[in-house]
Amino acid sequence: MTLNQLLKAAWGGLTLIIAMAGEATALDGKAIFAEKCASCHNVTGPAPTTLQGVLQRKAPDLFYAGSKFKREWLVRWIQSPTPIRPSGVMFLNHLVTKDGKDSINKETVKLCSSKLSAPDAEAVADYLTTLKDSKMRVGVVDRGKKFSTSRAVQLFTKQYPCIGCHTVKIRNKEAGGVSGPPLTDAGDRLNPDWVYARIENPQYWDPKTWMPKIDLSHEKRETLTLFVVSPK
Amino acid sequence: MKRFAVALGYIIAATALSPASGQAEPAEVIYKLYCVQCHGTAGTGQGINQTAGGLAVSARDHASAVQMSKLADDEIRLAIAKGGDAVQKSELMPPWGKVLTGKEIDDLVVYLRKLCQCVVAK
Ligand code: HEC
Ligand code: HEC
Ligand code: HEC
Repeated sequence: MTLNQLLKAAWGGLTLIIAMAGEATALDGKAIFAEKCASCHNVTGPAPTTLQGVLQRKAPDLFYAGSKFKREWLVRWIQSPTPIRPSGVMFLNHLVTKDGKDSINKETVKLCSSKLSAPDAEAVADYLTTLKDSKMRVGVVDRGKKFSTSRAVQLFTKQYPCIGCHTVKIRNKEAGGVSGPPLTDAGDRLNPDWVYARIENPQYWDPKTWMPKIDLSHEKRETLTLFVVSPK
Repeated sequence: MKRFAVALGYIIAATALSPASGQAEPAEVIYKLYCVQCHGTAGTGQGINQTAGGLAVSARDHASAVQMSKLADDEIRLAIAKGGDAVQKSELMPPWGKVLTGKEIDDLVVYLRKLCQCVVAK
């Protein structure tokens, strides 16, 4: 064997190892998810289409996670989840009625059980980022665009019922309902284009969601989106 | 045969009109999924969004004959389809016309009349 041949063989072996390593991380995220997360989360779709199906859903759907979430948030949060939905994945499963008044039994509301190491979280986030909705329009919302907060608050709290179900921070005070996720930290979690698309057609993402589909002009929907994702 | 044709027409219309996918759901199911969050399990206006302080204007007490007998069926129908705004009430009552079919809204009106055990006062 000449030196040249030897070098070639070594190079070939090295590229093979690199390729395998690359392949392994790409596979890892999916494999880790299958092992630790898929028993609760749906990554294949479709979302439930009956009340029964909604009542049985254990965790939020993740089959469009790549469109919905910011990767940086995913990496952080799946290492140590904090509560998002105060009323659980489905409020009806946690209702208690006392003296005719409904409230949520906090003890039955569960946290996400994800507890990944930093490298595993990177791999799983890479995998989740590939789960994109191919029909969603991207580049619709320019996060840096200026908008009037007072007009946005007017839309969110007075002209439309958003505040009835979502808690937000207005002038440093939290206010709002609890049947939908709080939007106080939505800017860290959510991709603005997805927020726009979720407001435009809630039932496209989740046919039996209890958020109404409301006719809005592009300008109003854009203002609401910018308000939702703005730092609070 | 005529009955069959009518029934078939109805099924086709119901499918075509359904804004969301899937078949028409019974009124109890719809009320649970969409209305209980504000109007409460018993329909008395004490849903979680109300008791958590999210509603600046209280959700209507659907079990109150006094309150509900003031509303004509058409007003109820309009409020459900187009929201509180359409009947000069609070916008916190959302519009559901893009989610529910006309038939489902009609069924809800019948259901609400059962909850209040009332008819519109003449
Ligand atoms: C025992 C069931 C269960 C398992 C297993 C589980 N989760 Fe979760 N997950 C939940 C629940 C419940 C929530 C909703 C938490 C909330 O809203 O506070 C959630 C929320 C999430 C969210 C946020 C979704 C959204 O729409 O807000 C992500 C991302 C997530 N989980 C990732 C993971 C990953 C990654 C794993 C595996 C390492 C995992 N989960 C394992 C139950 C589970
Ligand atoms: C009747 C209750 C209700 C009303 C009114 C409502 N929503 Fe929602 N909203 C929900 C529910 C339920 C979800 C999804 C719940 C889930 O993912 O667990 C949701 C989801 C969202 C999300 C995504 C949040 C996330 O973390 O996944 C945004 C953004 C949002 N709504 C904005 C709005 C805006 C803007 C309005 C007013 C135009 C509005 N909503 C009105 C119930 C409501
Ligand atoms: C986000 C909370 C919310 C949800 C969800 C909601 N409502 Fe309401 N509803 C209200 C509020 C608040 C009022 C009181 C409006 C007022 O008095 O100005 C109201 C009033 C009404 C009225 C009386 C309208 C009138 O003319 O006085 C009817 C009927 C009604 N709701 C039916 C329903 C039905 C049916 C559903 C489910 C499909 C539903 N609501 C879902 C908040 C809600």
